[in-house]
Amino acid sequence: MIRNRLIPVLLLKNGLLVRSEHFSTHQVIGNPLNEVARFNEWNVDELIYLDITRDGEYDLRRNDLRMSALTSPLDILTEVSKTCFMPLTWGGRIRSVEEMHCLFQRGADKVAINSEAVHRPALVTEAARAFGSQAIVVSIDVSDAGGQREVITNGGRVRTGLEPVAWARQVEQLGAGEVLLQHIERDGSGCGYDLELIQAVAASIKIPVIACSGVGKFSDYPKAIRAGAAAAAAANIWHFKELTDRHGKRAMAQDGILVREI
Amino acid sequence: MRKAGIVDYGMGNVASVFNALSAIGTDVCLINRPQMLCDVSHVILPGVGSFGDAMGLLRAGGWESALRQDVLDGGKPFLGICLGMQLLASKGTEHGQHSGLGWIPGDVILLDASDPCCRVPHIGWNEIEICSREGSYRSAASANPVFYFVHSFHFRPEDPSIVDGWCHHGVKFAASIRMRNIWAVQYHPEKSQRSGLTMLRDFMASEPRSHNT
Repeated sequence: MIRNRLIPVLLLKNGLLVRSEHFSTHQVIGNPLNEVARFNEWNVDELIYLDITRDGEYDLRRNDLRMSALTSPLDILTEVSKTCFMPLTWGGRIRSVEEMHCLFQRGADKVAINSEAVHRPALVTEAARAFGSQAIVVSIDVSDAGGQREVITNGGRVRTGLEPVAWARQVEQLGAGEVLLQHIERDGSGCGYDLELIQAVAASIKIPVIACSGVGKFSDYPKAIRAGAAAAAAANIWHFKELTDRHGKRAMAQDGILVREI
Repeated sequence: MRKAGIVDYGMGNVASVFNALSAIGTDVCLINRPQMLCDVSHVILPGVGSFGDAMGLLRAGGWESALRQDVLDGGKPFLGICLGMQLLASKGTEHGQHSGLGWIPGDVILLDASDPCCRVPHIGWNEIEICSREGSYRSAASANPVFYFVHSFHFRPEDPSIVDGWCHHGVKFAASIRMRNIWAVQYHPEKSQRSGLTMLRDFMASEPRSHNT
């Protein structure tokens, strides 16, 4: 039987690792180059790196962060892939098949596209044709700030009017191989996944759903799987608890979820 | 002198196979001309993409005859990964019928998607039912090791006795095969963490074996 996956999401901003809250507050945690080897050793099933740097903000010279050796995202990817012997997904600010090609060459196994898929849905199809659906993840950010659930792009700033289930169905048709489902208000909140959203999306598409946003305790993971997700993902919890990999897998296994053990 | 050569014929992410072999201390290089086969003791054929495209590139690059001479006739240790396993078949059925390298009689067919619990492509970690520990599972730490799979098609050999590991996903299919010096795996050892690196170490320890030995 295929295993249910546990996936850390690592957020990069201006070349540094950050923790995020509501997609808007970002606290610097450290320099990823000091950490990648440790992340690659985790007993997890996959790694997702998302570069959430905003356009025009990237500046390797800034010194107000008191961190040395800020590194370009591509160099971080090269470094990560040297010791990453599990599937590696890279996302953030990807706009073209050429950019994806460059990421695959540097060792990414999958790419995650988000805003550009909304702006130009044909990109999903072009990417699936060039690299195969299994390599194309569409990341969907959902907000319910407007009273009902809506897809938001550009790191939580641009409303689209798209309904999440309808958009998930569309990206599946366009050729996406997986959906990474995030929720803006739950990001960094620790109040658990939006299980209703996960259930609605997972029931309406055949491709796997990676659930993210809201994890506060390890016991949140099995709930996402029960709601229909193929993988439980989280970001902040990985930086603020001890033995996050072991405890996370154990919480899933104790709830009767089939996971890979090492 | 052991040295691994990764056949770089234009299909797939050779970098991750290269990185995994480097990490276990293997002397490894990419080989982009068939003449370079004589510089290496172990040959690895990776591949991500479609069967017909890959065979086209192997033929155009002069690989088909060179690999046959070195591996099938010469007995040099060989590892096919994913599409690199499927290409050993006599026939592929992805986007029409294509003839393969034909080293091992059998065909490559689509996974059965009729079971709604078993989505196709088969993406993720799945366990192996080991039949023989003489090849890929010599040093496997578990009786049912788990590896990472990404594929829609699978190799169905005519002679099931060459299968040394099975996997279940809707159907029972060959996760790995071994015929003398020829090893092939449907999963990705380079992306299967510890179990994958262990398997690659075993491959690098394997010796040449021709018809006569």
